[in-house]
Amino acid sequence: MSTQHNDSTFDPDEPHLTRFDLVREGARRDGVEIVHYEPRFAKAGTAAEKRVERTIAFWFMITGLAALAFVVVYVAWPWEYEFGGHLDKWYTPMLGATLGLALFGLGAAQIIWAKRLLPAEVSVQERHDDVDTVEQKLTGATLVNMGQELNVSRRPLLKGAIALGALPLGAAAVVPLGGMIVDPHGHGDPLFHTGFDAKQFNEGKPVRLVREDGTPIRPEDVSVGGQITAFPGVPHGTTNVHADSPTLLIHLRDNDAKLTRENLGRVEVNKGGMWQNFVAYSKICTHLGCPASLYEQQTNRLLCPCHQSQFLITDNAKPIFGPATRRLPMLPIGVDDEGFFYATSDYKVPVGAAFWERP
Amino acid sequence: MKKKRFDLATLPERSAKGIDERFHASTPLRRMFNKVFPDHWSFMLGEIALYSFIVLLLTGTFLGLFFDPSMEEVKYDGVYTPLKGIEMSKAYESTLDISFEVRGGLIMRQMHHWAALLFMASIVVHMLRVFFTGAFRKPREANWMIGFLLFWLGFMEGLFGYSIPDDGLSGTGLRVINAITQSIPVIGSWAGFALFGGEFPGTVIIPRFYILHVLIFPAIILGLIAAHMGLLVKQKHTQWPGPGRTNKNVVGVRMFPGFAMKGGGFFMITFAVIAAMGGLFQINPIWLFGPYQASVISSASQPDWYVMFLDGIARLWPAWETRFELFGNGYTIPPIFWAAVVLPGVIVNIGLLYPFLEARFTKDKEQHHLLQRPRDTPVRTGLGMMALAFYLVLFASGGNDVIAQHFDISLNAMTWIGRIALLLAPPAAFWISYRIALGLQQHDREVLAHGVETGIIKRAPDGRFYEVHQPLGPVDDHGHGQLEYEGWVVPKKMNRIGALGPAIRGFFSPLEVEDKEARKGKAKELAGKK
Ligand code: HEM
Ligand code: FES
Repeated sequence: MSTQHNDSTFDPDEPHLTRFDLVREGARRDGVEIVHYEPRFAKAGTAAEKRVERTIAFWFMITGLAALAFVVVYVAWPWEYEFGGHLDKWYTPMLGATLGLALFGLGAAQIIWAKRLLPAEVSVQERHDDVDTVEQKLTGATLVNMGQELNVSRRPLLKGAIALGALPLGAAAVVPLGGMIVDPHGHGDPLFHTGFDAKQFNEGKPVRLVREDGTPIRPEDVSVGGQITAFPGVPHGTTNVHADSPTLLIHLRDNDAKLTRENLGRVEVNKGGMWQNFVAYSKICTHLGCPASLYEQQTNRLLCPCHQSQFLITDNAKPIFGPATRRLPMLPIGVDDEGFFYATSDYKVPVGAAFWERP
Repeated sequence: MKKKRFDLATLPERSAKGIDERFHASTPLRRMFNKVFPDHWSFMLGEIALYSFIVLLLTGTFLGLFFDPSMEEVKYDGVYTPLKGIEMSKAYESTLDISFEVRGGLIMRQMHHWAALLFMASIVVHMLRVFFTGAFRKPREANWMIGFLLFWLGFMEGLFGYSIPDDGLSGTGLRVINAITQSIPVIGSWAGFALFGGEFPGTVIIPRFYILHVLIFPAIILGLIAAHMGLLVKQKHTQWPGPGRTNKNVVGVRMFPGFAMKGGGFFMITFAVIAAMGGLFQINPIWLFGPYQASVISSASQPDWYVMFLDGIARLWPAWETRFELFGNGYTIPPIFWAAVVLPGVIVNIGLLYPFLEARFTKDKEQHHLLQRPRDTPVRTGLGMMALAFYLVLFASGGNDVIAQHFDISLNAMTWIGRIALLLAPPAAFWISYRIALGLQQHDREVLAHGVETGIIKRAPDGRFYEVHQPLGPVDDHGHGQLEYEGWVVPKKMNRIGALGPAIRGFFSPLEVEDKEARKGKAKELAGKK
């Protein structure tokens, strides 16, 4: 820190010095010159000054009253939730209004005080950012000397020893993060399988399509032109445990179904995946995995609300607009002896957003 | 011996002495009291960020008393009847409880969220101020970098924050985060599985984000804010040019009491605004979104505003996917990798290094403590506006479905408008602001040379009309002003140079009459005039 301002001949006890002289001297030692200092009101106690004082007092009072109101509201206002329009719906707004007003009053009082009552002042502080090259050299020498004292470069044995000691320790510090590693292709290869994988989740029995409440779905449950979100009929099949399994089961109108069937042949994995006029496509968008859930009956487009990718259902759910690059995978379906939909196999390509090792 | 009486009057002095004997505090303390701060409204933007961060710490700590970051499934049995009996995670349930069953919990949640939005908004505006005035130049590059990092840390912190209540909206966000992580070449799916502890969503992501949100990131942010402030104190504030202000001084008021009092006042007002908003304006009503279910989404689901530009990139980036074969296996680089990993990476690095890049291109090695007006640095102003235009197009595109619905434009058209605007708007913004800056500069110099237009029209003997100009300083033989442009406001209206005298303030009666005597005198004077 700079001491060049110290004036050892200054005697703070000298009788003719006023307190402000001491303030100025202190500021001067800190490199600050108070060049303009003037009370806001030339004469103390004038009407104008009193007026400012009253304004400030007013805001302090507002703070007190509003804070009190806040406490009262917090304690006494009916706050417990009731369904419908009741007084409790005003609890939070009342808290906000009273607390806001209390804090605002405190802020206003301080700002008015600072701007209208405190003396007008202009001070100038020096910056002192000239570089002291002597200091630089002294510190530099100290640093270089430190290296010299350790003198690792002249002690190759220690150099090697440090390297051999530090590297394993560094590794030891990082390895525990390995606890986070989970093999994405381990147990059941989850990136390539969904809840419709009969072998993994249903003891090899075909997996039915079920509604959100777990009940199986019959063809007559879906009206022509309609659609329904279906889940794998396995334990936890409708929960987020199988977040890649939600499927859109669509009942196409006759001519759309005809078109769809014609187009089906063009995509190898989709062949034979339809059942009569029904198709099922993954609901998990191939862009970033949002549920693509807005189905436009007129155009047979499925729109993902996240980034507006659009998929043409009648052409193997091909992406026709937006950032998605891949078709929605098709779930091959059939109807079992009891008349319920089931998946004739799991999805044949990975569901959802793409990743590196996805073919 | 008589027991000494305890003397209250000298207590402050005695304890001050005692303290100084132990800590030698008087010099550093006085130095702090006397530190000079320049005054300009634009220097307050960073303060707002600081104050809202304090509010975030306070309200966040309150939330932490009640929030349970667990993904264990429970059946809801609380007071909010529409969700009764529904399966949900404990995280979501406890957020519902904070909203409905903790007294004052809802206002705390809402204040926390509004404070987060205000925090990010003030950081952005503060950053623009620093950029356009050149406050980042040597020696303040490090503080620019810290501030820039604070934006990104705040961005992540907010993302973690709104992910942890595990409602319909936050789950969708988590899924997108998962997809972005998995898009990284080679390690993507490993990184995603490490983060989520297995396949999405797993059972650990909320506890992990929680610890990031309430411990790790706040600690880093706090540390960086401390460093930011420390450097500010050490390097002292920049100031605008003006009378008496040089590159070697700071002109303003001392920190105590004036500056500190105003600062305290502005803190209270920031706090007041957040409290009022938290009480009066609903935000993130998670009970309307329901618990996260992979199969459900409401349309127009938008992230917080500071994340929207990323959503915008995801929407606009064309479907450019790379697929190739290696050793008989197929591999993919999804387009989102370029949009959401590479592009933000490039933006972060350019932003961080900007002070050095500019110094390099302008070959400027000087120390700068005086700010520049944007008009005086047309290239920088242009570049800044270019970046801003790029950001704004992405930001608007993050809500392009809402815009499309509102103005009845087709979604596809909105996407294309966004794509084209992303390419055209930045250069246009550069060119326009460059020209405007030059124009303003030109006008300043004109006024310095020819004086202020007075509005007085005269007719010369030869019948020609001309306007009288008031020179701002001494003129040469041709009547041209000789003042140099100093990089500060040039008065352009007559009342700016005192032609009209100040207006008399006061609504019913003049405020500035000093006291009753004077007022009486003034009244007499007025009466006498009649
Ligand atoms: C030490 C500081 C902080 C703590 C202890 C904290 C704590 C919390 C907790 C417990 C929640 C979840 C409970 C709920 O939503 O009701 C939460 C949510 C959130 N936090 Fe924080 N937070 C802190 C700082 C921040 C910061 C710096 C930001 C922003 C940049 C932030 C942004 C959010 C957001 C946006 C939410 C979601 C709120 C909502 O859903 O309404 N938090 N925070
Ligand atoms: S997630 Fe469906 S378009 Fe992005």
